[in-house]
Amino acid sequence: MKLIKRIAVPYSITIIVVCLVWKVLAVLVSQNVLPYPEDAIYTFLAALMTSEFWHHFAASTFRAVMAMIIGWGVAFPIGILMGSSRRVDKFLSPFVSMTYPIPKVVLLPVVLLLFGLGDLSKIIIISLILGYQVLVATRDGVRAIQPQHLDSIRSLGAGKWQLFWEGYFPAALPHGFTALRLNSGVSVAVLFFVESFATSKGLGYLIMDAWGQMDFNTMFVGIFGMSLLGVILNEGSNFLEKISCPWKE
Amino acid sequence: MLTVSNICKEFDSKAVLNNISFHLDAQETIVILGPSGCGKTTLLHMISGLEKSKSGQILLDNRPISKPMPDVALILQNYGLLPWKTNLQNVALGLKIQGVSRKDRNARAQKILAELGLAGRENDFPCVMSGGEQQRVAIARAYASKPRLLLMDEPFSSLDAITRETLQDTLLTTWLETSVPYLLVTHSVEEAVFLGKRILILSGSPASIHEIFDNPGFGDVAYRRTRKYYELIRSIRHKIGEYW
Repeated sequence: MKLIKRIAVPYSITIIVVCLVWKVLAVLVSQNVLPYPEDAIYTFLAALMTSEFWHHFAASTFRAVMAMIIGWGVAFPIGILMGSSRRVDKFLSPFVSMTYPIPKVVLLPVVLLLFGLGDLSKIIIISLILGYQVLVATRDGVRAIQPQHLDSIRSLGAGKWQLFWEGYFPAALPHGFTALRLNSGVSVAVLFFVESFATSKGLGYLIMDAWGQMDFNTMFVGIFGMSLLGVILNEGSNFLEKISCPWKE
Repeated sequence: MLTVSNICKEFDSKAVLNNISFHLDAQETIVILGPSGCGKTTLLHMISGLEKSKSGQILLDNRPISKPMPDVALILQNYGLLPWKTNLQNVALGLKIQGVSRKDRNARAQKILAELGLAGRENDFPCVMSGGEQQRVAIARAYASKPRLLLMDEPFSSLDAITRETLQDTLLTTWLETSVPYLLVTHSVEEAVFLGKRILILSGSPASIHEIFDNPGFGDVAYRRTRKYYELIRSIRHKIGEYW
Protein backbone atom coordinates (compact mmCIF):
# COMPACT_ATOMS: atom_id res chain seq x y z
CA MET A 1 0.00 0.00 0.00
CA LYS A 2 2.82 2.35 0.98
CA LEU A 3 4.66 1.43 -2.23
CA ILE A 4 1.56 2.13 -4.33
CA LYS A 5 1.14 5.49 -2.62
CA ARG A 6 4.81 6.41 -3.08
CA ILE A 7 5.31 5.22 -6.65
CA ALA A 8 2.04 4.49 -8.47
CA VAL A 9 0.12 7.65 -7.54
CA PRO A 10 2.76 10.26 -8.55
CA TYR A 11 3.64 8.37 -11.74
CA SER A 12 -0.07 8.02 -12.70
CA ILE A 13 -0.65 11.73 -12.20
CA THR A 14 2.45 12.51 -14.29
CA ILE A 15 1.27 10.21 -17.11
CA ILE A 16 -2.18 11.84 -17.15
CA VAL A 17 -0.72 15.38 -17.27
CA VAL A 18 1.78 14.44 -20.01
CA CYS A 19 -1.00 12.81 -22.07
CA LEU A 20 -3.23 15.88 -21.76
CA VAL A 21 -0.45 18.24 -22.92
CA TRP A 22 0.51 15.76 -25.64
CA LYS A 23 -3.07 15.53 -26.91
CA VAL A 24 -3.32 19.31 -27.20
CA LEU A 25 0.00 19.45 -29.09
CA ALA A 26 -1.01 16.53 -31.35
CA VAL A 27 -4.21 18.29 -32.28
CA LEU A 28 -2.28 21.48 -33.04
CA VAL A 29 0.51 19.90 -35.14
CA SER A 30 0.43 17.31 -37.88
CA GLN A 31 -0.67 13.89 -36.70
CA ASN A 32 1.97 12.27 -38.91
CA VAL A 33 4.78 13.76 -36.86
CA LEU A 34 3.14 13.58 -33.46
CA PRO A 35 0.61 10.75 -33.13
CA TYR A 36 -2.27 10.99 -30.70
CA PRO A 37 -1.28 9.72 -27.26
CA GLU A 38 -4.00 7.07 -27.26
CA ASP A 39 -2.60 5.62 -30.53
CA ALA A 40 0.97 5.62 -29.21
CA ILE A 41 -0.13 4.05 -25.90
CA TYR A 42 -2.18 1.42 -27.73
CA THR A 43 0.84 0.54 -29.92
CA PHE A 44 3.06 0.43 -26.82
CA LEU A 45 0.67 -1.88 -24.93
CA ALA A 46 0.48 -4.12 -27.98
CA ALA A 47 4.29 -4.14 -28.23
CA LEU A 48 4.49 -5.24 -24.57
CA MET A 49 2.88 -8.51 -25.71
CA THR A 50 5.61 -9.16 -28.30
CA SER A 51 8.95 -10.84 -27.73
CA GLU A 52 10.62 -8.33 -30.06
CA PHE A 53 10.04 -5.43 -27.68
CA TRP A 54 11.35 -7.39 -24.69
CA HIS A 55 14.36 -8.47 -26.75
CA HIS A 56 15.27 -4.79 -27.29
CA PHE A 57 14.36 -3.87 -23.72
CA ALA A 58 16.50 -6.68 -22.28
CA ALA A 59 19.50 -5.64 -24.38
CA SER A 60 19.23 -2.02 -23.22
CA THR A 61 18.64 -3.03 -19.59
CA PHE A 62 21.67 -5.31 -19.65
CA ARG A 63 23.90 -2.52 -21.00
CA ALA A 64 22.60 0.11 -18.58
CA VAL A 65 22.69 -2.12 -15.47
CA MET A 66 26.14 -3.52 -16.26
CA ALA A 67 27.42 0.02 -16.87
CA MET A 68 25.97 1.19 -13.55
CA ILE A 69 27.49 -1.76 -11.68
CA ILE A 70 30.91 -1.35 -13.26
CA GLY A 71 30.90 2.46 -13.08
CA TRP A 72 29.83 2.47 -9.43
CA GLY A 73 32.00 -0.47 -8.47
CA VAL A 74 35.15 1.20 -9.79
CA ALA A 75 34.42 4.86 -9.00
CA PHE A 76 33.02 4.49 -5.48
CA PRO A 77 36.16 2.95 -3.90
CA ILE A 78 38.41 5.38 -5.78
CA GLY A 79 36.25 8.27 -4.54
CA ILE A 80 36.64 7.03 -0.95
CA LEU A 81 40.39 6.67 -1.37
CA MET A 82 40.73 10.16 -2.84
CA GLY A 83 38.55 11.68 -0.13
CA SER A 84 40.31 9.95 2.73
CA SER A 85 43.96 9.99 1.65
CA ARG A 86 45.74 13.22 0.78
CA ARG A 87 48.47 11.26 -0.95
CA VAL A 88 46.05 9.43 -3.28
CA ASP A 89 44.11 12.64 -3.88
CA LYS A 90 47.28 14.53 -4.76
CA PHE A 91 48.22 11.81 -7.21
CA LEU A 92 44.81 11.36 -8.90
CA SER A 93 43.27 14.85 -8.68
CA PRO A 94 45.10 16.32 -11.70
CA PHE A 95 44.00 13.36 -13.80
CA VAL A 96 40.37 13.70 -12.68
CA SER A 97 40.35 17.49 -13.12
CA MET A 98 41.79 17.16 -16.61
CA THR A 99 39.51 14.37 -17.85
CA TYR A 100 36.28 15.19 -15.97
CA PRO A 101 35.16 18.05 -18.27
CA ILE A 102 35.68 16.01 -21.47
CA PRO A 103 32.30 14.85 -22.81
CA LYS A 104 32.91 11.10 -22.71
CA VAL A 105 30.61 10.38 -25.68
CA VAL A 106 33.27 11.85 -27.98
CA LEU A 107 35.42 8.87 -27.04
CA LEU A 108 32.88 6.49 -28.63
CA PRO A 109 34.84 6.02 -31.90
CA VAL A 110 38.04 5.27 -29.95
CA VAL A 111 36.25 2.87 -27.61
CA LEU A 112 34.54 1.14 -30.56
CA LEU A 113 37.93 0.67 -32.22
CA LEU A 114 39.53 -0.61 -29.03
CA PHE A 115 36.76 -2.82 -27.68
CA GLY A 116 34.82 -3.78 -30.79
CA LEU A 117 31.24 -3.19 -31.88
CA GLY A 118 29.65 -5.37 -29.21
CA ASP A 119 28.11 -4.56 -25.84
CA LEU A 120 31.44 -3.96 -24.11
CA SER A 121 32.22 -0.67 -25.83
CA LYS A 122 28.69 0.65 -25.11
CA ILE A 123 28.94 -0.39 -21.48
CA ILE A 124 32.35 1.27 -21.15
CA ILE A 125 31.10 4.62 -22.45
CA ILE A 126 28.11 4.69 -20.07
CA SER A 127 30.32 3.50 -17.18
CA LEU A 128 32.79 6.29 -17.85
CA ILE A 129 30.11 8.99 -17.77
CA LEU A 130 28.40 7.58 -14.68
CA GLY A 131 31.67 6.68 -12.95
CA TYR A 132 33.03 10.23 -13.01
CA GLN A 133 29.87 11.57 -11.38
CA VAL A 134 29.99 8.89 -8.68
CA LEU A 135 33.71 9.44 -8.11
CA VAL A 136 33.44 13.21 -7.65
CA ALA A 137 30.32 12.99 -5.45
CA THR A 138 31.88 10.26 -3.27
CA ARG A 139 35.22 12.07 -2.95
CA ASP A 140 33.50 15.32 -1.93
CA GLY A 141 31.20 13.43 0.44
CA VAL A 142 34.13 11.73 2.19
CA ARG A 143 35.95 15.06 2.50
CA ALA A 144 32.88 16.47 4.24
CA ILE A 145 32.81 13.80 6.98
CA GLN A 146 32.84 15.50 10.36
CA PRO A 147 36.30 14.99 11.93
CA GLN A 148 34.68 14.17 15.27
CA HIS A 149 33.12 11.03 13.74
CA LEU A 150 36.53 9.81 12.68
CA ASP A 151 38.08 10.82 16.03
CA SER A 152 35.30 8.90 17.71
CA ILE A 153 36.25 5.69 15.85
CA ARG A 154 40.00 6.25 16.28
CA SER A 155 39.58 6.86 20.00
CA LEU A 156 38.20 3.33 20.33
CA GLY A 157 41.51 1.98 19.08
CA ALA A 158 40.48 1.39 15.46
CA GLY A 159 43.18 0.69 12.88
CA LYS A 160 43.15 2.00 9.30
CA TRP A 161 41.07 -0.85 7.94
CA GLN A 162 38.49 -0.55 10.73
CA LEU A 163 38.38 3.21 10.18
CA PHE A 164 37.56 2.51 6.53
CA TRP A 165 34.76 0.00 7.24
CA GLU A 166 33.22 1.75 10.24
CA GLY A 167 33.72 5.34 9.07
CA TYR A 168 34.57 6.22 5.50
CA PHE A 169 32.59 3.48 3.77
CA PRO A 170 29.17 4.01 5.42
CA ALA A 171 29.59 7.80 5.40
CA ALA A 172 30.27 7.71 1.65
CA LEU A 173 27.38 5.39 0.75
CA PRO A 174 24.60 8.03 0.56
CA HIS A 175 26.76 10.25 -1.67
CA GLY A 176 27.57 7.34 -3.98
CA PHE A 177 23.93 6.28 -4.24
CA THR A 178 22.64 9.83 -4.75
CA ALA A 179 25.08 10.25 -7.65
CA LEU A 180 23.96 6.89 -9.06
CA ARG A 181 20.27 7.83 -8.80
CA LEU A 182 20.71 11.32 -10.25
CA ASN A 183 22.72 9.95 -13.14
CA SER A 184 20.45 7.02 -13.97
CA GLY A 185 18.66 9.44 -16.33
CA VAL A 186 21.98 10.40 -17.91
CA SER A 187 22.73 6.71 -18.39
CA VAL A 188 19.52 6.24 -20.37
CA ALA A 189 20.28 9.31 -22.50
CA VAL A 190 23.77 8.01 -23.28
CA LEU A 191 22.32 4.56 -23.89
CA PHE A 192 20.17 6.00 -26.66
CA PHE A 193 23.22 7.60 -28.22
CA VAL A 194 25.47 4.53 -28.10
CA GLU A 195 22.68 2.28 -29.38
CA SER A 196 22.39 4.44 -32.47
CA PHE A 197 25.67 2.94 -33.68
CA ALA A 198 26.71 -0.53 -34.73
CA THR A 199 23.89 -2.55 -33.23
CA SER A 200 20.61 -4.14 -34.21
CA LYS A 201 19.21 -4.55 -30.72
CA GLY A 202 18.30 -2.16 -27.95
CA LEU A 203 15.69 0.55 -27.47
CA GLY A 204 17.96 3.16 -29.06
CA TYR A 205 18.15 1.06 -32.20
CA LEU A 206 14.36 0.52 -32.11
CA ILE A 207 13.77 4.30 -32.01
CA MET A 208 16.27 5.09 -34.77
CA ASP A 209 14.99 2.25 -36.96
CA ALA A 210 11.35 3.31 -36.57
CA TRP A 211 12.29 6.92 -37.21
CA GLY A 212 14.04 5.90 -40.45
CA GLN A 213 10.87 4.14 -41.56
CA MET A 214 8.70 7.10 -40.52
CA ASP A 215 6.83 4.72 -38.19
CA PHE A 216 6.14 7.24 -35.43
CA ASN A 217 3.96 4.97 -33.31
CA THR A 218 6.75 2.38 -33.09
CA MET A 219 9.23 5.18 -32.42
CA PHE A 220 7.16 6.07 -29.38
CA VAL A 221 7.24 2.43 -28.30
CA GLY A 222 11.03 2.83 -28.01
CA ILE A 223 10.66 6.19 -26.24
CA PHE A 224 8.17 4.71 -23.74
CA GLY A 225 10.55 1.77 -23.27
CA MET A 226 13.39 4.19 -22.49
CA SER A 227 11.17 6.03 -20.03
CA LEU A 228 10.21 2.74 -18.37
CA LEU A 229 13.87 1.75 -18.14
CA GLY A 230 14.72 5.15 -16.62
CA VAL A 231 12.02 4.72 -13.98
CA ILE A 232 13.25 1.20 -13.15
CA LEU A 233 16.88 2.36 -12.81
CA ASN A 234 15.89 5.39 -10.75
CA GLU A 235 13.64 3.43 -8.39
CA GLY A 236 16.19 0.60 -8.24
CA SER A 237 18.90 3.06 -7.13
CA ASN A 238 16.42 4.53 -4.65
CA PHE A 239 15.70 1.07 -3.25
CA LEU A 240 19.39 0.22 -2.94
CA GLU A 241 20.01 3.52 -1.13
CA LYS A 242 17.13 2.82 1.25
CA ILE A 243 18.33 -0.62 2.26
CA SER A 244 22.01 0.38 2.44
CA CYS A 245 21.51 3.68 4.25
CA PRO A 246 18.57 3.18 6.64
CA TRP A 247 19.69 6.11 8.81
CA LYS A 248 18.84 8.51 5.97
CA GLU A 249 15.13 7.65 6.20
CA MET B 1 47.18 5.76 37.36
CA LEU B 2 47.49 8.72 34.91
CA THR B 3 50.55 10.94 35.02
CA VAL B 4 50.85 13.97 32.78
CA SER B 5 54.33 15.53 32.91
CA ASN B 6 55.46 18.80 31.36
CA ILE B 7 53.22 18.61 28.31
CA CYS B 8 53.69 21.29 25.65
CA LYS B 9 51.83 21.62 22.37
CA GLU B 10 52.20 23.89 19.37
CA PHE B 11 50.01 24.46 16.31
CA ASP B 12 51.83 26.06 13.36
CA SER B 13 54.63 27.23 15.68
CA LYS B 14 52.10 28.85 18.03
CA ALA B 15 52.31 27.47 21.56
CA VAL B 16 48.90 26.29 22.80
CA LEU B 17 49.75 24.38 25.97
CA ASN B 18 52.72 25.07 28.18
CA ASN B 19 54.18 22.74 30.75
CA ILE B 20 51.02 20.95 31.89
CA SER B 21 51.59 18.48 34.72
CA PHE B 22 49.19 16.65 37.02
CA HIS B 23 48.47 13.21 38.38
CA LEU B 24 45.16 11.35 38.50
CA ASP B 25 44.88 8.57 41.05
CA ALA B 26 42.86 5.41 40.58
CA GLN B 27 39.26 6.03 41.70
CA GLU B 28 39.81 9.79 41.52
CA THR B 29 38.10 12.35 39.32
CA ILE B 30 39.62 15.53 37.98
CA VAL B 31 37.84 18.36 36.22
CA ILE B 32 39.87 20.78 34.13
CA LEU B 33 38.17 24.15 34.05
CA GLY B 34 39.11 26.62 31.36
CA PRO B 35 37.65 29.22 29.03
CA SER B 36 36.60 28.29 25.50
CA GLY B 37 39.48 27.91 23.08
CA CYS B 38 42.18 27.61 25.76
CA GLY B 39 43.34 24.16 24.64
CA LYS B 40 41.25 21.86 26.88
CA THR B 41 40.16 19.67 23.97
CA THR B 42 43.72 19.46 22.65
CA LEU B 43 44.94 18.32 26.06
CA LEU B 44 42.25 15.66 26.24
CA HIS B 45 43.03 14.46 22.70
CA MET B 46 46.68 14.11 23.66
CA ILE B 47 45.81 12.09 26.74
CA SER B 48 43.56 9.85 24.61
CA GLY B 49 46.40 9.31 22.13
CA LEU B 50 44.64 11.07 19.25
CA GLU B 51 47.29 13.80 19.16
CA LYS B 52 50.96 13.89 19.97
CA SER B 53 52.58 16.43 22.27
CA LYS B 54 55.63 18.48 21.34
CA SER B 55 57.36 17.54 24.56
CA GLY B 56 56.59 15.90 27.89
CA GLN B 57 55.14 12.54 28.75
CA ILE B 58 51.74 10.98 29.39
CA LEU B 59 51.78 7.72 31.32
CA LEU B 60 48.92 5.37 32.12
CA ASP B 61 49.99 2.97 34.85
CA ASN B 62 53.60 3.90 34.04
CA ARG B 63 53.22 3.05 30.34
CA PRO B 64 53.37 5.87 27.80
CA ILE B 65 50.24 6.60 25.78
CA SER B 66 51.31 6.89 22.15
CA LYS B 67 48.06 5.97 20.39
CA PRO B 68 44.38 5.50 21.27
CA MET B 69 43.80 2.51 23.53
CA PRO B 70 40.59 0.55 24.06
CA ASP B 71 40.79 0.92 27.83
CA VAL B 72 40.85 4.73 27.65
CA ALA B 73 37.35 5.86 26.68
CA LEU B 74 36.76 9.31 25.23
CA ILE B 75 33.42 11.10 25.10
CA LEU B 76 33.68 13.89 22.56
CA GLN B 77 31.89 17.21 22.39
CA ASN B 78 28.53 16.62 20.66
CA TYR B 79 28.84 12.97 21.73
CA GLY B 80 30.70 11.61 18.69
CA LEU B 81 27.98 9.08 17.89
CA LEU B 82 28.09 7.74 14.36
CA PRO B 83 24.86 8.68 12.54
CA TRP B 84 25.02 5.55 10.35
CA LYS B 85 24.95 3.19 13.31
CA THR B 86 22.06 2.33 15.59
CA ASN B 87 22.39 3.01 19.30
CA LEU B 88 23.22 -0.64 19.89
CA GLN B 89 25.88 -0.61 17.16
CA ASN B 90 27.33 2.64 18.50
CA VAL B 91 27.61 1.24 22.01
CA ALA B 92 29.03 -2.06 20.79
CA LEU B 93 31.55 -0.46 18.39
CA GLY B 94 34.46 -0.40 20.82
CA LEU B 95 33.91 -4.07 21.62
CA LYS B 96 33.68 -4.88 17.91
CA ILE B 97 37.03 -3.18 17.32
CA GLN B 98 38.47 -5.22 20.17
CA GLY B 99 37.27 -8.38 18.41
CA VAL B 100 34.49 -9.36 20.86
CA SER B 101 31.93 -11.70 19.25
CA ARG B 102 28.69 -10.17 17.98
CA LYS B 103 26.60 -12.09 20.52
CA ASP B 104 28.67 -10.98 23.51
CA ARG B 105 29.06 -7.38 22.46
CA ASN B 106 25.36 -6.96 21.70
CA ALA B 107 24.42 -8.51 25.04
CA ARG B 108 26.75 -6.14 26.88
CA ALA B 109 25.62 -3.11 24.90
CA GLN B 110 21.97 -4.00 25.50
CA LYS B 111 22.56 -4.34 29.24
CA ILE B 112 24.30 -0.96 29.55
CA LEU B 113 21.67 0.80 27.47
CA ALA B 114 18.99 -0.65 29.73
CA GLU B 115 20.90 0.49 32.83
CA LEU B 116 20.96 4.01 31.43
CA GLY B 117 17.21 3.98 30.80
CA LEU B 118 17.36 3.34 27.06
CA ALA B 119 15.80 -0.12 26.87
CA GLY B 120 13.77 -0.42 23.69
CA ARG B 121 15.79 2.25 21.89
CA GLU B 122 18.57 -0.10 20.74
CA ASN B 123 17.60 -0.05 17.07
CA ASP B 124 16.96 3.68 16.83
CA PHE B 125 19.47 5.88 15.07
CA PRO B 126 21.06 8.82 16.94
CA CYS B 127 19.26 11.34 14.73
CA VAL B 128 15.90 10.47 16.30
CA MET B 129 17.21 10.78 19.87
CA SER B 130 17.14 13.94 21.99
CA GLY B 131 20.42 15.53 23.09
CA GLY B 132 20.13 13.98 26.54
CA GLU B 133 19.45 10.53 25.12
CA GLN B 134 22.38 10.83 22.73
CA GLN B 135 24.61 11.73 25.65
CA ARG B 136 23.42 8.64 27.51
CA VAL B 137 24.29 6.51 24.49
CA ALA B 138 27.74 8.12 24.46
CA ILE B 139 28.17 7.32 28.16
CA ALA B 140 26.99 3.75 27.52
CA ARG B 141 29.53 3.41 24.72
CA ALA B 142 32.30 4.69 26.96
CA TYR B 143 31.48 2.21 29.73
CA ALA B 144 30.80 -0.73 27.40
CA SER B 145 34.45 -1.55 26.88
CA LYS B 146 35.08 -1.47 30.67
CA PRO B 147 37.64 1.36 30.49
CA ARG B 148 40.32 1.97 33.07
CA LEU B 149 40.08 5.69 32.40
CA LEU B 150 37.27 7.87 31.09
CA LEU B 151 37.93 11.18 29.32
CA MET B 152 35.10 13.62 28.66
CA ASP B 153 35.19 16.76 26.55
CA GLU B 154 32.48 19.18 27.70
CA PRO B 155 29.99 16.33 27.63
CA PHE B 156 26.96 18.29 28.81
CA SER B 157 27.57 21.69 27.25
CA SER B 158 24.87 21.48 24.59
CA LEU B 159 22.10 20.26 26.89
CA ASP B 160 19.35 22.20 28.62
CA ALA B 161 19.82 22.88 32.35
CA ILE B 162 17.51 20.16 33.68
CA THR B 163 18.84 17.42 31.37
CA ARG B 164 22.38 18.53 32.15
CA GLU B 165 21.86 18.14 35.90
CA THR B 166 20.13 14.77 35.44
CA LEU B 167 23.05 13.46 33.39
CA GLN B 168 25.59 14.89 35.82
CA ASP B 169 23.78 12.90 38.53
CA THR B 170 23.91 9.81 36.27
CA LEU B 171 27.65 10.23 35.74
CA LEU B 172 28.32 10.68 39.46
CA THR B 173 26.15 7.67 40.38
CA THR B 174 27.96 5.56 37.79
CA TRP B 175 31.30 6.68 39.21
CA LEU B 176 30.15 5.79 42.72
CA GLU B 177 29.20 2.30 41.46
CA THR B 178 32.17 1.60 39.19
CA SER B 179 34.96 3.83 40.60
CA VAL B 180 36.34 4.24 37.07
CA PRO B 181 38.49 7.40 37.29
CA TYR B 182 37.58 10.18 34.93
CA LEU B 183 39.02 13.39 33.60
CA LEU B 184 36.47 15.91 32.41
CA VAL B 185 37.05 19.27 30.79
CA THR B 186 34.45 22.02 30.99
CA HIS B 187 34.00 25.77 31.12
CA SER B 188 31.17 25.50 33.66
CA VAL B 189 32.21 26.20 37.26
CA GLU B 190 29.07 24.50 38.66
CA GLU B 191 29.76 21.34 36.67
CA ALA B 192 33.40 21.33 37.77
CA VAL B 193 32.46 21.61 41.44
CA PHE B 194 29.80 18.91 41.25
CA LEU B 195 31.89 16.39 39.29
CA GLY B 196 35.51 16.98 40.26
CA LYS B 197 37.30 15.64 43.29
CA ARG B 198 40.02 18.03 42.23
CA ILE B 199 39.55 21.03 39.96
CA LEU B 200 42.40 22.31 37.83
CA ILE B 201 42.17 25.86 36.50
CA LEU B 202 43.62 26.17 33.02
CA SER B 203 44.23 29.61 31.55
CA GLY B 204 46.60 31.88 29.69
CA SER B 205 48.04 31.77 26.22
CA PRO B 206 49.71 29.34 25.97
CA ALA B 207 47.53 27.68 28.60
CA SER B 208 48.96 26.32 31.80
CA ILE B 209 47.54 25.14 35.11
CA HIS B 210 47.23 28.14 37.42
CA GLU B 211 45.48 26.69 40.44
CA ILE B 212 44.30 23.38 41.86
CA PHE B 213 41.26 23.18 44.14
CA ASP B 214 40.48 20.22 46.37
CA ASN B 215 36.79 19.47 46.65
CA PRO B 216 36.06 17.70 49.95
CA GLY B 217 32.30 17.70 49.41
CA PHE B 218 32.55 15.75 46.11
CA GLY B 219 30.79 12.41 45.80
CA ASP B 220 27.42 13.33 47.25
CA VAL B 221 24.51 13.45 44.80
CA ALA B 222 22.86 16.02 47.11
CA TYR B 223 25.99 18.23 47.06
CA ARG B 224 24.26 20.93 45.02
CA ARG B 225 21.98 21.68 47.94
CA THR B 226 24.82 22.36 50.39
CA ARG B 227 26.49 25.58 51.48
CA LYS B 228 29.97 24.09 50.77
CA TYR B 229 29.07 23.69 47.09
CA TYR B 230 28.19 27.37 46.67
CA GLU B 231 31.18 28.53 48.72
CA LEU B 232 33.57 26.60 46.50
CA ILE B 233 31.88 27.97 43.38
CA ARG B 234 32.27 31.48 44.78
CA SER B 235 35.96 31.05 45.55
CA ILE B 236 36.67 29.48 42.13
CA ARG B 237 34.79 32.31 40.40
CA HIS B 238 36.80 34.81 42.39
CA LYS B 239 40.05 33.13 41.29
CA ILE B 240 39.18 32.71 37.64
CA GLY B 241 38.24 36.39 37.54
CA GLU B 242 41.96 37.03 37.94
CA TYR B 243 43.04 34.61 35.20
CA TRP B 244 40.39 34.52 32.43
